[in-house]
Amino acid sequence: MSDTRVKSAGPASPRAIPPLLTGGKLEGLPIILVFFALIGLFVAFAPRVFLRWPIYDSFLVTIPPLLILSLGLTLVIAAGEIDLSFPAVIQFSGFLFAFCSLHLGAPWLGLLAALGGGALVGLVNGILVAVVGVPSIIITIGTSFFWSGVATVLCGGLSYALSDLENTPIDNIFAGTFLFVPAEAWWALGIAVLAWFVLNRHRFGEHLLFIGDSQTVAGVLGINVARERIKLFTLMGAIAGFASFLLTIQNLNYFATQGQGTLLSALAGVFIGGSSVFGGSATIVGSVFGALIIGMLDAGIVATGVAGFWVEVIVGLVFIVAVVLHIGIENPARLKQLRRRFFARE
Amino acid sequence: MSVKTSLRASAHRTYTNIVKAEGLCVSFGKVQALTDIDLAIGRNEIVGLIGDNGAGKSTLIKALTGVVRPSSGRLYIRDELVDLGRYSVRRAHALRFETVYQEKSLGEKQPLWRNFFVGRQIVNRLGFINVREQRRIANEILQSHLGFRSLGIDANSTVSNLSGGERQGIAIGRAMHFDADLLVLDEPTTALAIKEVRKVLDFVRWIKESGRAAIYIEHNLAHVHALADRLVVLDRGRIVADIRPMEMDLEELARFLISLQHPHSGIAA
Repeated sequence: MSDTRVKSAGPASPRAIPPLLTGGKLEGLPIILVFFALIGLFVAFAPRVFLRWPIYDSFLVTIPPLLILSLGLTLVIAAGEIDLSFPAVIQFSGFLFAFCSLHLGAPWLGLLAALGGGALVGLVNGILVAVVGVPSIIITIGTSFFWSGVATVLCGGLSYALSDLENTPIDNIFAGTFLFVPAEAWWALGIAVLAWFVLNRHRFGEHLLFIGDSQTVAGVLGINVARERIKLFTLMGAIAGFASFLLTIQNLNYFATQGQGTLLSALAGVFIGGSSVFGGSATIVGSVFGALIIGMLDAGIVATGVAGFWVEVIVGLVFIVAVVLHIGIENPARLKQLRRRFFARE
Repeated sequence: MSVKTSLRASAHRTYTNIVKAEGLCVSFGKVQALTDIDLAIGRNEIVGLIGDNGAGKSTLIKALTGVVRPSSGRLYIRDELVDLGRYSVRRAHALRFETVYQEKSLGEKQPLWRNFFVGRQIVNRLGFINVREQRRIANEILQSHLGFRSLGIDANSTVSNLSGGERQGIAIGRAMHFDADLLVLDEPTTALAIKEVRKVLDFVRWIKESGRAAIYIEHNLAHVHALADRLVVLDRGRIVADIRPMEMDLEELARFLISLQHPHSGIAA
């Protein structure tokens, strides 16, 4: 097999796709370059802000919940599905955590409840999608309303102040500082590494990729499509539950509308990162940098002196250009596919 | 491990039929796709499955290979009764059944090292895939069975970049690697170039010579007529004829199949 090695060391054959490192190509390289170019721009236009540590420190606190959502969504997108109900999980799981902490005095139980509550939401989504057969983009709108409503009813529209948790072990572990870096960032990094291995190296991740490619093929190949999809949505729910817990404990406050505004940002992170809008291929590294870009744009644009009103315009442009470029670069045939999708129905 | 050892044992045991269906029915909701199928395939028999579109050929092989669950009937594999409630693709793979479809058995965007092993990955106890080993074996299959390496195709190539014939080769290579006793070929020559068709036909001959069995769905009557030991004709979910090619030449066969299409209108010969 010696010539295998010679071959992969040479220039990558055009027919080969890069895993993490093949022929010197790095997963998510284009988006990593965009990320550093963006930082370069920010440094050039707002050196007083971007040449000092505090802004990065605050990014490392504010971005992790969003990033964790993007990581979960990457797996969902890989399987050709979508989940729009995670903002509702952020409301619901956050309430469970706040309630357990405040009224039962049991924050660790609250963490479990947040994860379990999220998983429950996901399980219901998964069963409705995989067993009943409703498309995920439709049914998660419905479940989103439902769980968000349940959370509002349960908390009575009130917010919960959790300042008693300050400097308790759970606060220090999840929202403290470790090696000069906010704990949230370490958790996000850990989940990112785990998600990479699950998607690219685990049987479950491979099944998701084949399901995203084609459910018919996946079934013929012996993948239990329904079971894997239920597992996927359950996992996504639990991940959203964890993001919600993180958001609540770093603010030491739960409010009934938390999580609103994460929907588009978290999805934008995934697609800017380069995961296929058609399913079957997804990149965790891309999603990490995509979420970082989305999380930085807001503060960055304001710091450079452009009026804050422009933020969404720019985010929108970045999103559109990134998605079109990814389709064009990776596989020109996909552009054709996309064109057919939108014009064939006329 | 226990599965493997039991497999070895069953492979050495003698059996008459690799697979046998008795009164097998498949329905999708209200639609009865297969009715009362009785079919036995000998251990070294090539059975051609023919019939019009929608006759139930694909459903039949899906039922035999665990993709579709029959609604009633019995299935014997190597003369032993199978529990239909537990029968699945995974189980069929373990019993050394392999299916070669042209379009429907490969993940388009996935590299070949995934496509060779998906559904039965080489994993550790936690379910993580041994990618290095899968790549090595995939490259070996590409080189030894298929001679594909010279075309610039290796374990990292994605299926979407391969031609129809190359895809067929991949599916065949996979079936050979897993050393099947029964190969199911679903229209393996559709949309292939003549040279590629010849390769597939050689593969069917190899199945016969190496003592294996095959179910062979084919639209090209000349191909099945030449290669199959027996031709089973399906029509509207039922088996309507079981023919030995020596007893009926190609022309008679074609006439017979046409007559099936107009059974009630009086046009039939």
